[in-house]
Amino acid sequence: MKKKFITLILLIAIPIKAFALIEVDITRGNLNPLPLAVSPLSIDEESRKSFEKTLKKQNIGSEISTIVENNLRTSGLFNPISRDAFLQAPEIANLKPRFEDWNLIKAQALITGKVTYINEKLRVEFRLWDILAAKEMMALAFTTVPNNWRRVGHIISDKVYERLTGEKGYFDTRIIYVAEEGPKIQRKKRLAIMDQDGANNKFLTLGNELVLTPRFNPTSQMVTYLSYFKNLPRVYLLDIETGTQEVVGDFPGMTFAPRFSPDGKKIIMSFAKDGKSDIYTMDLENRLVEKITNHPSIDTSPSYSPNGKFIAFNSDRSGYQQIYIMKSDGSNVKRISFGNGIYGTPVWSPRGDLIAFTKLHKGKFYIGVMRTDGKGERLLTENYYQEAPSWSPNGRVLIFYRETKTNAKGEGFSAKLWSIDLTGYNERLVVTPTDASDPSWSSLLSN
Amino acid sequence: MILSKIFKNGFLILLACLVLTACATKKEVTKDVTKEVTEVTKEAEATKENEKEKVTAAPKISGQMQGDTYIGTDTVKYLADGVPDRVFFATNESILTTASRETLRAQAAWLRKNSSINVIIEGHADERGTREYNLALGERRANSAKDYLMTYGVSSDRISVLSYGKERPVDGGSSPLAWSKNRRSVTVKAN
Repeated sequence: MKKKFITLILLIAIPIKAFALIEVDITRGNLNPLPLAVSPLSIDEESRKSFEKTLKKQNIGSEISTIVENNLRTSGLFNPISRDAFLQAPEIANLKPRFEDWNLIKAQALITGKVTYINEKLRVEFRLWDILAAKEMMALAFTTVPNNWRRVGHIISDKVYERLTGEKGYFDTRIIYVAEEGPKIQRKKRLAIMDQDGANNKFLTLGNELVLTPRFNPTSQMVTYLSYFKNLPRVYLLDIETGTQEVVGDFPGMTFAPRFSPDGKKIIMSFAKDGKSDIYTMDLENRLVEKITNHPSIDTSPSYSPNGKFIAFNSDRSGYQQIYIMKSDGSNVKRISFGNGIYGTPVWSPRGDLIAFTKLHKGKFYIGVMRTDGKGERLLTENYYQEAPSWSPNGRVLIFYRETKTNAKGEGFSAKLWSIDLTGYNERLVVTPTDASDPSWSSLLSN
Repeated sequence: MILSKIFKNGFLILLACLVLTACATKKEVTKDVTKEVTEVTKEAEATKENEKEKVTAAPKISGQMQGDTYIGTDTVKYLADGVPDRVFFATNESILTTASRETLRAQAAWLRKNSSINVIIEGHADERGTREYNLALGERRANSAKDYLMTYGVSSDRISVLSYGKERPVDGGSSPLAWSKNRRSVTVKAN
C-alpha cells in the first residue's frame, strides 16, 4: 500500500466555456445516459512488449480504456458504445478522429489517447472530443509507475466526468469495509480495502477478533475502527501504509462509533458506561479528551459537518432513536428527524447541505437523505435490512450494506455492499470477494 | 367429540378476545400518556407515532413469547444447577421482566455463595437495529442486569459488562421469535 506519485501535466488548457459543449445533467438520474465511445488507448509495439513484461498484460492500452468504460457506465450517466461498432482504429483516432465515423455510431463524446513506456514509467495522453461540435474538449497527460495503471484509468474517468458534468469525479477512490464469512451466529470479520471498482482487494486484519465500522480520515491514509481485541471493544487507529495500530484514548469501557473530524485532527466516538452512551472527542495531537454530550440516553453515530462546526448524531432521548444536530462543542442540541419511524446513522454530505440516514418504519429499512434542518426527506431505497450510508467524495453517490432475510433454519443470510445515486436511481451491487458490511468511501486520492 | 370441538373453538375465541382487549388497553395507555403532555409539540407527536408503530408491530403472543419478550428455555444454559444464565428483553428495552428478576436473584444468591467467582455480563441486541445503536443497547441491557445483581449483594468489582450489540445472535433466524431469543444478557463466569 505504498503511496505512489502521479505527475499530472496539463497539455492544453482550454476553458471553452463559450462554446457550451456537451453537458450531462447529474440531477436527472440515469434516464438518458450519454452515448460515448472510449477508443482503446493506442500503443506502439515496443511499449506494448515492455508493459507485457512488467505488468503481464497483453495490451495495457485496451485494459486502461476498459476501466474508463466500466467507471463511466457504473456512474449511470454515460452509455459507452461497444468497441465492435467502432469504425476507426485506435492509432488513427488518436491522431485525428474522423467525427463523421463516430457520429455514425451515435457517439456524442469520444475519448482517445495513447500509452507509452518511457524510462520504466507509464505515460498516458488522452483527449476528450465533442463529436457533434467536432471540437476537442480536454487534453491531459500523466506519467506514473507502471503498477499504477489502474489508477490511470480512474483518473481519466474522473477528468472526463468532471469535464462533462461540472462536478468532481469519484473513481480514483477506495472503499474500506468489513469482510464477513461464516455462519450468521459466528461471523468472522476482517477489515478489507479495495478500489472503488472492486479491484485490488486486500484484507487488513486476520479475523482473530471482531472488527466493525472502519472509517477513513480525510487523506485516506488512516482508518479508525472498532476492534474486540482481547475482548475489549475499543476504538482503534490504523495507519494503512505502515500497518501500525493503537487504541484511541484510555477509556474504562467500550468506545465505539468512531469517525474523524473533517480536518483529521480529532476522532469523535461514543463511550458507553453504566448503560449510558455519550459522545466524546479525542485530539490526536495532544490526546486531550473532551466530553461533548452528557445525557442519560444513548447518544451515538456522531458525524461532523464538513466545516467542522456541527455534529449530527442519533439519540434515544425522546424514547426512540432520532437524529439530532448540535454545535461541535455540544451546545444547541436540536432534534431534526420528525417523520414516522426511527432514524439513525446520520452522515453529513461532503457538500454540507444534506444528511444521509437509515430509517426503520413498519418493519422496513430505508436509506434516505434530508436537509440539515430535517426538512425535505427523500427515501432512496427500501429493503428488509440495510444501513450505514457513506458518501462518495463528490456527494453524488451513497454506498451502504444490505442483509437478506433468512429462512426458519437461519439459512440464506448474506450481507452485501450496494450503491445508489442521490437521485434514487442507479442502484448497484458492489461486488466483493466475500460478504461485506460497514463500507466507508475514501476521499479522491489524486486531487 | 363435538362437544370438545366446541370447547376448543370457544377457548380459541376467548383467547382471541383476550388478545384483542390486551391490545386495546395497551393503545389506551399510550393515548393517556400522550394526553398528559399538555404542550403538543412536534416531538411528542412524532413519539406518539413511534409508539403507535410499536404497538401495531408487536408480534402476537405465542407459546414462547410474552408480548415480544422471550419466555422459553430453548437457548438457556445454566450458571449452576437451577440457575439460568440469561434474561430476555422486549424490543428496544432494557427493563427487567418479573421472570428476569427471578433469574437474576438466583444468580445473585449463587454468586454470594461462590464469592471467588467473577462474572461477565454479555449484552446483546437483535438484528433489527443499526449496528452502533445496538452496541449501546447491549451495554445498557448488560448494565440493567448488573445493577440488579448489585442490589442483591454482588459487589460491582466482581461484575464486568461486555456488549456484543447484534454481532453474536444465538438464533440466526429472521423471525420475531428468533429476535426475541437474541435480545438478551448472558452472565458467564470470568474465571
